[in-house]
Amino acid sequence: MATRKPSAGTSRSTTRTASTAPADGVRDAVIVGGNRIPFSRAGKKYADASNQEMFTAALEGLVARFGLQGERLGEVVGGAVLKHSRDFNLVRESVLGSSLSPATPAFDLQQACATGLEAAITVANKIRLGQISAGVAGGTDTVSDAPVAVSEGLRRALLDASHAKTLPARLKALSRVRPSDLKPLTPATDEPRTGLSMGEHQAITTARWGITREAQDEVALASHTRLAAAWESGFFDDLVTPFRGLVRDDNLRPDTSLEKLASLKPVFGKSLATSSDAAEPTMTAGNSTPLTDGASTVLLASREWAASRDLPVLARFVDAETAAVDFVHGREGLLMAPVHAVPRLLARNGLTLADFDFVEIHEAFAATLLTTLKAWEDAEYCKAELGLDGALGSIDPDRINVNGSSLAAGHPFAATGGRILATAAKLVAAKAAETGEPARALVSVCAAGGLGATAIIESA
Amino acid sequence: MTDTYTKAVNSGFTKTLATKLGLPRPAVLRRFRAGDPLTVGPVLVLSDDASRSDADTLATTLLGWDLDVRREPTDDARWGAVVLVLTNAARPTEVSEAVLELGSVLRRLAPNGRVVTVSRAAADGDAPELAATRNGVDGFLRSVAKELRYGTTGNGVLLTDGAAVDAPSALATVRFFLSARSAYVDGQLLAVGPGDAELPADWDHPLTGKVAVVTGAARGIGAAIARTLARDGATVVCVDVPAAGEGLARTANAVGGTTLQLDVTAEDAGTRILEHARTRHGRLDIVVHNAGILRDKLLANMKPAQWDAVIAVNLAAQLRINAQLLEAGVEGLHVVSLASTSGIAGNKGQANYGFSKAGVIGHTRATAPLVAAHGGTANAVAPGFIETEMTSSIPFATREVARRLSSLQQGGQPVDVAEAIAFLASPAAAGVNGQVLRVCGQNLVGR
Repeated sequence: MATRKPSAGTSRSTTRTASTAPADGVRDAVIVGGNRIPFSRAGKKYADASNQEMFTAALEGLVARFGLQGERLGEVVGGAVLKHSRDFNLVRESVLGSSLSPATPAFDLQQACATGLEAAITVANKIRLGQISAGVAGGTDTVSDAPVAVSEGLRRALLDASHAKTLPARLKALSRVRPSDLKPLTPATDEPRTGLSMGEHQAITTARWGITREAQDEVALASHTRLAAAWESGFFDDLVTPFRGLVRDDNLRPDTSLEKLASLKPVFGKSLATSSDAAEPTMTAGNSTPLTDGASTVLLASREWAASRDLPVLARFVDAETAAVDFVHGREGLLMAPVHAVPRLLARNGLTLADFDFVEIHEAFAATLLTTLKAWEDAEYCKAELGLDGALGSIDPDRINVNGSSLAAGHPFAATGGRILATAAKLVAAKAAETGEPARALVSVCAAGGLGATAIIESA
Repeated sequence: MTDTYTKAVNSGFTKTLATKLGLPRPAVLRRFRAGDPLTVGPVLVLSDDASRSDADTLATTLLGWDLDVRREPTDDARWGAVVLVLTNAARPTEVSEAVLELGSVLRRLAPNGRVVTVSRAAADGDAPELAATRNGVDGFLRSVAKELRYGTTGNGVLLTDGAAVDAPSALATVRFFLSARSAYVDGQLLAVGPGDAELPADWDHPLTGKVAVVTGAARGIGAAIARTLARDGATVVCVDVPAAGEGLARTANAVGGTTLQLDVTAEDAGTRILEHARTRHGRLDIVVHNAGILRDKLLANMKPAQWDAVIAVNLAAQLRINAQLLEAGVEGLHVVSLASTSGIAGNKGQANYGFSKAGVIGHTRATAPLVAAHGGTANAVAPGFIETEMTSSIPFATREVARRLSSLQQGGQPVDVAEAIAFLASPAAAGVNGQVLRVCGQNLVGR
């Protein structure tokens, strides 16, 4: 895919004609709209809501908004990062519990925090190839209702006992259980290969790029201020449907300030501070995303499908690129994969960072956003690590996360991609309506495992 | 929200007990179900001598509706309905034979029967005798309705502006009063003009092809309105404040409509409603102003926010939306607003609400000629005590008293209000304009 020549039809002036009559046989996939439930900090409003309930609620709001009752969609694709084994068909079960036609196929997909965006890429590709006419991409996650596993010792003993033919054999198997085996294993988001949490990984990257505490707190403040303003202006009136009495993201602190953020104690990177004189810990609960519950969906379709149902078209899903980095051996930061994906995506589409009206960078941590930007501005790094001729470029801060992002909204892992994509689609549509010119957005989501997904959308 | 008392006195041992003790026994009202017979038995059409030919005309139409229509009272019949035609009565002395004939059959009306008068409204310039006769029907009907029992109701069609007895809207109104759709409408006279109305091809789906907007559709009466309009064939846009979105989605998904999360007090609410209806559904035919709030307080204790919020949502929003729709020149628009018996009779602790709901009645009358210029209508429905989440929060004793204070001795259901709205919003009711129809089981307060 990366070797494909940049298409001549993607420059700003010729986009419209090129996209309606693609030379290579693919057609446009467009974003009709989105729906999510308000995001809620773990253990609060959605404490006893399951992934399936949340995803179904998000789906139901989408169906209601666009009048899709009884509609057989081509595919519903989504997933969850923290998932019970009984939820093997989470998305299909949610479809069956929704007002969509039960003849709507669905499947689960998972790419850590990039799940939601990867689902959209998948649905868009199916639409572009003509395999389906419309589909929903989304994701859901709950930390409150996360699966709790039993220890390896207990699990083995239970399995052996269930396979045993006789009572003595069964008892023998069970007799191997030791008191220590009875301790439940709570879900961990630590990286399996390093044993470090995501925060600790980011702390290493933060220190390596010399990102200051003040800069991180400013990103956090902007996120809260902008998200609060977006809520106030009614921006989310057609993007969010309340759930269980929650009407807004409850992590949002409209009244936060730099002083309040500065008063918080660092939670990540403390081990670095003791082992190295260079790095003061800077990452706090204020400039890191909290554990969050929530679900989101995005409706994608072909232009024809949308037109035949008198549905709006917000944006065209132009292209996407995923990347992975070697964080295990310390060559690159865990959350730096989007830094690698974007230059490849831009090159393929003949674009530069300056061509974007909006840039949505998932704020796993304020420092993630800042290291991403700093890396793209660093000519040496871009040459050595990204294979570019020089710095990729810088982005006007007024174009980044203009309506806030994960630091304020919260980050239910698989639901974040859908939240960002729907927001970006509405932003480019509004901008294009206002200026009469096409508008474009870049979306970037980092993920565990050294993964990252990025995408370009453009006003339709 | 269930009326336990009404259930109890209509079943089992408690029914026997209630009958022996002579306790009030509110009937289980018959409500509309597609496919059910229009009335519960044969229909007797009576008239005074002068109105005989109108009665014949009406009887012919009723026959066309597959009703068992009789012109003479017989002893063996268990009447489903009696229609009393007094359209051409000119002197008070002319009606006695006909009304007494009605009296002679009242005891043989089946439960959930109907009494419907068809007469002409008194108008300016009528001779005193004529005016007396015509207005007499008003007091007569309201009194008879109070005598009816077992779920039987009495309502009247008041022809205005020379409307013929078989004008489409007159027929549609007669049919509405005869049917189970008007279960909780009692003791009401509805003025019907000639209008440019059209009877539906399918009486079970009179709103086929219409696009309706219902505000406050997330729950309660609004959700029932959405369901009823959809049942009658309309595509429904469900509007409510964003915070009520969860219930709104439930309503929209139940009726196959779309949601529009919108605060009706927004400056551009009317424009956004019209844009949604037109771009998503191609047209706009019906607007139901149902969104409303309560901030009950004695006036002496009322805070500015409590007064202002009620006026903003219940009244100012309707005015602004109507103005924007009129400005856009929407053709054939049927507007139905929710008034309230509190706006007619007043209610202690509801000075703000009473003002807003009486205001709705005022603007409905004033808006009627404005929308009529574009082939539309504006009417209001004034619910009495309706069993909703809202009324279920009223203290028990107060609630029990409120329920029994009507001829039907019970609260209405949200669907009863919805049925009246669906009727007023239908093309067949185009001759009904600027009217307020009470859905109150003939509540004892007000008219």
